[in-house]
Parts: sequence; structure tokens; C-alpha cells
Amino acid sequence: MMRNFILPLLFALLPTLACAVEPLPFRDRAEEQRFQQLAAELRCVKCQNQSLADSNAPIAHDLRREVFELMREGHSDDEIKDFLSRRYGEFVLYRPPLAGDTLLIWIAPPLVLLAGTLVLWLVVRGRRRPAAAETLRPEEDA
Amino acid sequence: MLRRLLPLIVFVALGLLMLIGIRISADRDPDALPTPLLNQPAPGFALPELHQPDRIVRSEELAGAPYLLNVWGSWCPSCRIEHPVITELANSGRLRVIGYNYKDEREDALRWLGQFGDPYDLIVVDEDGRTAIDWGIYGAPESFLVDAQGVIRFKLVGPLSDDIIERDILPRIGVASAETATP
Amino acid sequence: MIPELGQVALILALLVATLQFVLSLWGAQRGRESLMAVARPAAYTQLALVLLSFVMLTVAFAGQDFSVAYVANNSNSLLPMHYRITAVWGAHEGSLLLWALVLSLWTAAVARFSRSLPPEVIARVLAILGLVAIGFLSFMLFTSNPFDRLLPAAVEGHDLNPLLQDPGFIIHPPMIYMGYVGFSVAFAFAIASMLDSRSAGHNSERDWTRWVRWSRPWTNVAWAFQTLGIVLGSWWAYYELGWGGWWFWDPVENGSFMPWLVGTALLHSQAVTEKRGSFRSWTLLLAIAAFSLSLLGTFIVRSGVLTSVHSFAADPARGVFILVFLCIIIGGSLLLYAFRAPDAVAGKPFAPLSRETLLMTNNLLFSAAAAMVLIGTLAPLLFEALNLGRISVGPPFFDLQFAILMAPVVLLLPFGPFTRWQKELPGRYLPLLRFAVTAILLALLLGWLLGDGFTLKSYIGVAASAWIIAGTLRYAWQRLRSSSALNAETAGMLLAHFGMGLFVAGVLLVESLGVEKDVALKPGSSAEINGYRFQFDGVERVQGPNYRADRGSLVVFDGEQEIARLHPEKRAYASGGQIMTEAAIDPALHRDLYVALGERLDARGDGATVEASSWSLRIYVKPFVRLIWLGGLMMMLGGFVAAADRRFRKPATAVRTEAA
Repeated sequence: MMRNFILPLLFALLPTLACAVEPLPFRDRAEEQRFQQLAAELRCVKCQNQSLADSNAPIAHDLRREVFELMREGHSDDEIKDFLSRRYGEFVLYRPPLAGDTLLIWIAPPLVLLAGTLVLWLVVRGRRRPAAAETLRPEEDA
Repeated sequence: MLRRLLPLIVFVALGLLMLIGIRISADRDPDALPTPLLNQPAPGFALPELHQPDRIVRSEELAGAPYLLNVWGSWCPSCRIEHPVITELANSGRLRVIGYNYKDEREDALRWLGQFGDPYDLIVVDEDGRTAIDWGIYGAPESFLVDAQGVIRFKLVGPLSDDIIERDILPRIGVASAETATP
Repeated sequence: MIPELGQVALILALLVATLQFVLSLWGAQRGRESLMAVARPAAYTQLALVLLSFVMLTVAFAGQDFSVAYVANNSNSLLPMHYRITAVWGAHEGSLLLWALVLSLWTAAVARFSRSLPPEVIARVLAILGLVAIGFLSFMLFTSNPFDRLLPAAVEGHDLNPLLQDPGFIIHPPMIYMGYVGFSVAFAFAIASMLDSRSAGHNSERDWTRWVRWSRPWTNVAWAFQTLGIVLGSWWAYYELGWGGWWFWDPVENGSFMPWLVGTALLHSQAVTEKRGSFRSWTLLLAIAAFSLSLLGTFIVRSGVLTSVHSFAADPARGVFILVFLCIIIGGSLLLYAFRAPDAVAGKPFAPLSRETLLMTNNLLFSAAAAMVLIGTLAPLLFEALNLGRISVGPPFFDLQFAILMAPVVLLLPFGPFTRWQKELPGRYLPLLRFAVTAILLALLLGWLLGDGFTLKSYIGVAASAWIIAGTLRYAWQRLRSSSALNAETAGMLLAHFGMGLFVAGVLLVESLGVEKDVALKPGSSAEINGYRFQFDGVERVQGPNYRADRGSLVVFDGEQEIARLHPEKRAYASGGQIMTEAAIDPALHRDLYVALGERLDARGDGATVEASSWSLRIYVKPFVRLIWLGGLMMMLGGFVAAADRRFRKPATAVRTEAA
């Protein structure tokens, strides 16, 4: 059956009525910001690419509550992320772990940049150097 | 010449990846996440039983024989679809089927069972979904095969079917029960 | 009858495109004037036919013809007329028809505005564009026909996705397609130049330079449209999706951003090749890459290979078709590149410190950025293919890596225009440095005095923005002083760079200063956020054309003064009961006030005693977020202005005599 454009996102928004997005009782601004940042780094497991902070799905609501309680219990951000990835897999982490095979994802772009810089250096070195700067007429100097 | 073929080589590699991607996405359900709990000891739970709310069922009580933990809710349409399969499996006696009533209202759950039948050995109730998080549950229907030692051997996201039972569940009960052959 | 007419028009268009490709190319390669002459008429005919087809589909929508499956799936009897029309591109099949229409428009434009080009050039370019059209038209006819009938006809349609029932949606896809498809012109020029035996055989700098000069205005315009499309997409997501974000590095967003990044590199590379004859191979490769990434973007959206909020329905069969098409187009062009790309290093020599080197660095950084986005986007797929499980790569990765790559771009940008071709002396930068550093210090001082809650990131944003804008203005002043006027190309460059400065400011300031709060309010009570008081006046039920909504009322005060009234809504659409959050925004250059309505909170038995009839609200204060889109729009403007340079429109009479 043909589905509409962005239909999956709509399904993610659909359960809104089923679950109240209740504001959490933060102690202070710092705690609230920490929670927001953490929730933004975690992925809603049932949505089509939404963070825990943005999703209205019931499971997102439950997981946000869990994250909040873990924060209150004194766990660090890493411990909380570990808690969730042990249960839902690394899928739940928007920041791929800086260890194991996902480390490769982090170092690949710098490697590309390095390779490119090397090429650039070789090319620039290989060009014949001119004696002086060629002064162009203003129209040409665009 | 190699330098000039490099872009083409990169593209071919990319194309192969895309092709594999298509194959993968054709088979799998994009919403089904693989569970990190596979072949790990099942997380414990201590939850009330649906029919006897005062009785707390602990996961330790279930050790000794394999069981299928079936996550369902009266609000879940697919659960209705898989229910006959669940019923048949439970009635066959080959495997205990434990119901896990997830994020549901007791009256709704009882009404649903009244309408469609109650094949479960027992049903634990997780109304707010906290314990479910320990199991990595995020929706219904989901099913876990737990062996006699309490190790999770298989997880299914989505409705159960006869094919899946034959192909994925029954063979793994054999593995589990072979290990319990010498008590 | 009408849908059948539309389908027939598509079939005819495919035939015409095939003729356009085969005959024109044959004619160009063999020097047959009569065959080459097919190109222009074929292009115009193709436009007429595809337009006819598009109109037929629009008529089917306007007339609510639910016997057409696509209409039944994307429309509804309650849908207002203007959305019925835009629903034409609301899903996969129709958006492909839009793609084909935009392609035929570009093709016809190239046919029309290329009087000065030699016939074999125009024949080749139009032929390649015809090949692309063949791909899209056959994709439609064989796998995704918008005119498929639904028999018996549906009594009622499924409705256009409510997310798309919105003005932003009307304009975003057409603009982004103008960009995506526009890169096909640069691509066609690149391929045509490689097919031109004169360029390959003689290795003539002049020939390559000519090709690049011809394709520059087209590339600039395509890039400008792509910029506009991305800006619109970002702005639309911001106000429509309700969570205050403006970019999520979602696979489909990335699919539009990668061609843009490579397109930016292409623009700059073309300038070097045209003026100095250098970087010919890079320019060719970038032109191929830009369009290839456009096609890849199309693939990502429609094949279901990657999970995204934007994805159309996943269909592996369609995925395979697109992949085959991709292989033909991209594989073919890269194969051609391997054999026909200019082999000798050419162009005027240049020193390590020169505009050439700076632009080459620019190309490297933007290409590396595109590669980074590609890596991050495809990594989950690669991991799954290698059985390494399912992972996610999201904003934490992309934000950091992109910032690292853009930092050198920001630092080097003002130096660019000041650096002469061929060789520059370091001492000559002093005037720029003096002026810009002064500007930075002034800006930082202003930030310190006026800024509320400035973090390090805010100061970096202010400094970087001041650096870029001051450098750009200093160059403008220098140019205006030495010659009386700026040519369009320079003016465009200045606008675009200025826009970049605004963009950087917007991003860093909103990310560092933005505030978000979830609150529960009873009617009559207020929340205090960032010095603004949001007074909640309750919620009422309202009726829309095809929805029912809970409409909240808020009054915002700055001190004692009322500055805004906001009405966030929660809509339930009649057709499917879908719930949509319509955020309420009070826009201003220095801050947006943004409110999304949550739920009515009833007293619950879980210990949290919240009074009945209070509502949850999400309130954002977003300082300077508008600068992001304003900066983008200025970049777009720069692209259009640069394309209008008289130099590009000069008939190449000299060329004709050379060709003889």
C-alpha cells in the first residue's frame, strides 16, 4: 500500500494524545540543560530518526523519565548512555562511541582531509613558481 | 591512469554498498532493533499477576524450563493478529507462554482476553513500562524466548507467526532443553 | 480520460528525450548539422509534453478524481483547493513528475539561452540532459506511474499528509528540485566537454576554458536555487515540526547538503579554471560529483535504504532501478573521465601563496566536508551490511566534524579576495588585518556589554562573523575606491560572503544562547523565560476547513510592555485523525519567541498533583535564529547576481572563427 510522504514521522507524532508531555521537576537551570543535552544525544527507538528530546512517542516519554531518574540517582552522562545502550543497543546513541569499530567513523573524515591536504601540498609544490605577482586590471581581478 | 580511475573505483564501492543496502532493507523491518540482550541472562522482574494483582511474580520463579515472554496490550492491533498463533503455541504444550501486559489498563486487558481468549500460563502486568526498559522493550508485540537457565535466546519484534516458531523458536528450545537434560 | 492523456504525454516525452539524446549526440560526434539541429526542438517539445502531463495530474487533483490511485492516496474531499494543487508533489510518484518537469524546464532554458554556443556544443549538452530525462521518465513509467488507475475508484481519499498542508511545503520542493536538477546542467557541460574531441585531442587550454565559462552562469543559478531550497527546508522544519530545531543532519537533509557543498567547491573551482586555466580536472570531477550527489540524494529518499523522517515509501524495486540509473550516469561519466580528462597539468603557474592555492584549499575543505557527511550518513548502512549491528550517527558527530572543517574556511575566507592570482606577498594583508581585527574587538566589546548570558561559543560566533563581514566590506571598499563600479561577479561574491558571515553568527549565537523550557500552566498563570513573561490565557476549541483544533492563547510581556500574542494549536485532521502541532512564533531579527502546545494535564495518580485544566507548553527563546536563514538568502542572492555578469552573456563571436 502506498504510504504518504513523511508518514512515519506522523506515526511518531500520533501517540501524542495517549501520553502527556509532562514538564519534569528540575531543580535548577543547570540540571534542565544537562537533561536537554543528554536527551538530544539519545535516539528515540521507535521513531523515524528523532531524538529523545523531540519525540512525543510513549516510549520516548518513558525513556525520558528513566533518564531523569538516573540523573537524580547521581549517575554520570556516560553511565546513563551505557545503561540505555545495554538495553537497546548502540542504535540509541546519536554520538557513535569513540571506541571499537565506531571509532573508525570518527577518524575517517580527518583521514580524508589529511589525504587531501597531502595532495594539495604536492600539487602546489609541483607548480612552477612565477617571478612576481601578475597585476591584473581590475576587471580581471574578480 | 590509476589516479584517474580512482573516482570510478570509489563509486563502484559505493554502488555495491547501496546494492547491499537495498537487499538488507527489503528483508528487514526497519523498526526492529537487534537486542543486545541476546544470549545474556534475562533481566529480572517482579511484577503483579493480571488475574491476582496481589501476587507478585518474580522472574526467578520461572527458571527451570524455557518460556516465551509475549509482550502485548489491548491497544495493539498487531497483537490481535498474532494471538491465534500464540494460542496455538500455548495449547500445544511445547513451550510455556507468559504474557507481559505492557502499558495497559487492567480492565481493558481483561476485556481483551475475554474477547480473544487467554492462552497464557500467567500474565505479568507492567502498567507504567519501567520494567520493560530493562528488557529493551519499546512496543508491542514483542516476544522473548528465555531458556531454562534464564538466558535470552531469541527476541522478536513484531507479530509471531508459524514460520518464525518453526524456524527460530523451536530449534532454540531444543538447544536450551538439551542443556537441562542432566539436572 | 485526462489521466490517460497525462500518461500518453509522458510516453511521448520519453520518446522525444530518446531522440534528443541519440540523434543530437550522434550528430555532434559525427559533425552532422541536420542531426544536431534536432536538439533544440526536441528540448522544447519535451517541455511541452511533460508540462502537459503535469497539468493533467494537477487537473485530476483539482477535480478530486479518486479513480487515480495517486490522487486517492494524497487528497481528500475536505482538502482546500490550494493544497489539492500542491499535493501533486506530495508523494513519490508526483514528485518525480515535478523532477521531470523541472528538468525539462532547465533543458529548454539551456536550449533557449545558448544562442552564442556552437551547434555541436549545444547538441552535446542537450543530449546529455536528454539522457537524464530518459532515466527519470522511464523510472516513472516503469515503476512509479502517477496516473495508475484505482478501480473501483475510492469513495474518499486518504488525504494529503497534514505536515504538508502548509505554505512552506508549497515552495520548498520545487526550489530544491531547481537546485538538484540545475546541477545536471554543469554536469552536462562537463560530459559534453569531455566528448568534444577538440578538447581532448589538443588539450587546449582555451577549449577547456571556454567550456567552463559557458557553464558558470548555469552553475551559479543552480547553486543559488539549491541554497534557497535548503534554507526553505530548514525554515519550514523549524516552524512546522514543533521542536524548534533548524537542522538535524537527517539522511535526506544530508542528501541535499552534499550537492550544495560540492557545488560551492565547483563554483570556486570554475572561477580558477576560467581565469587561469588551472584545475581543469578538479572542475570536471566536481561537476560530475555535484550532480552525482543529487542523484544519490534522490536514491536515499526513495529506496528505503536509510531511515529518515523524509523518506518516501520504501520500495526495493525502485531502489534497484535508481541504482542502475546511477551506475549508468555516474559510472559512465567517471569512466569517461578516466579516459578523457585532460592529462597534462596546465594553466598559468602559481606560487604557494596565491589565490589559486587558497581556492584549492577551499575546494579541499568543502569536498572533505561533503565526504564527511557522506561517511556519517552511510556509516549505519555500512555497519549493517557488515553485520556489525545497528548504530546511529547523528548531530553530535556531524556538528563537531563540520565545525572542525568549517573553522579553516571561516579563517581563510576574508583573505581570499585580497589574494592576487599567481603570487601574493604576506605584507599586503596588513590593511585587511588591521581593519578586521579592530572590527572583531569592537564586536566582542559590544557582545560583552549588551550580550545576556554570552558563553564562549557566543563570543566565537561574534568574532567569526565580524571577521568575515569586516573582511568582505574592506575588500568591497578597496575595489570601489580603485575602480568606479563592481562587476556582477564581484558583487555576487561579496553578497555571498557577507551572507556567510550572518549565517555563522546566527548558528553560533542561537546554539549558545537559545533557551528551551517545558512548563505546565493553568490559564491565567505565567512563565518567566529569559526576561520575557509568557502569560497563558487558556485554550479554546476552533474549527478549520478540514480539522478541529485546540487553540492556545498566550500574551508575551517584556517588562510591562506587551510584545506579542501567540496562538499555538493542536490540530486533529478529519480525514485520519492525525494530530499536528502548530507552533506559534513571534519572529524578530534579534530573537524568536516560540511556543508549542502540549497536553491538557489532568490530575494523575502517580504522585504528581497537577491541577486539572492546566496545559503543558514548550517555550523557546531563540536569539538571532533568523540570521541563519537571512545569511542563506544572501548567499542565494549572491549566486544569482554573479550569474548575471555581462561577461557570461557576451556572444562568443571569437569562438566561431576559431572553430572554422
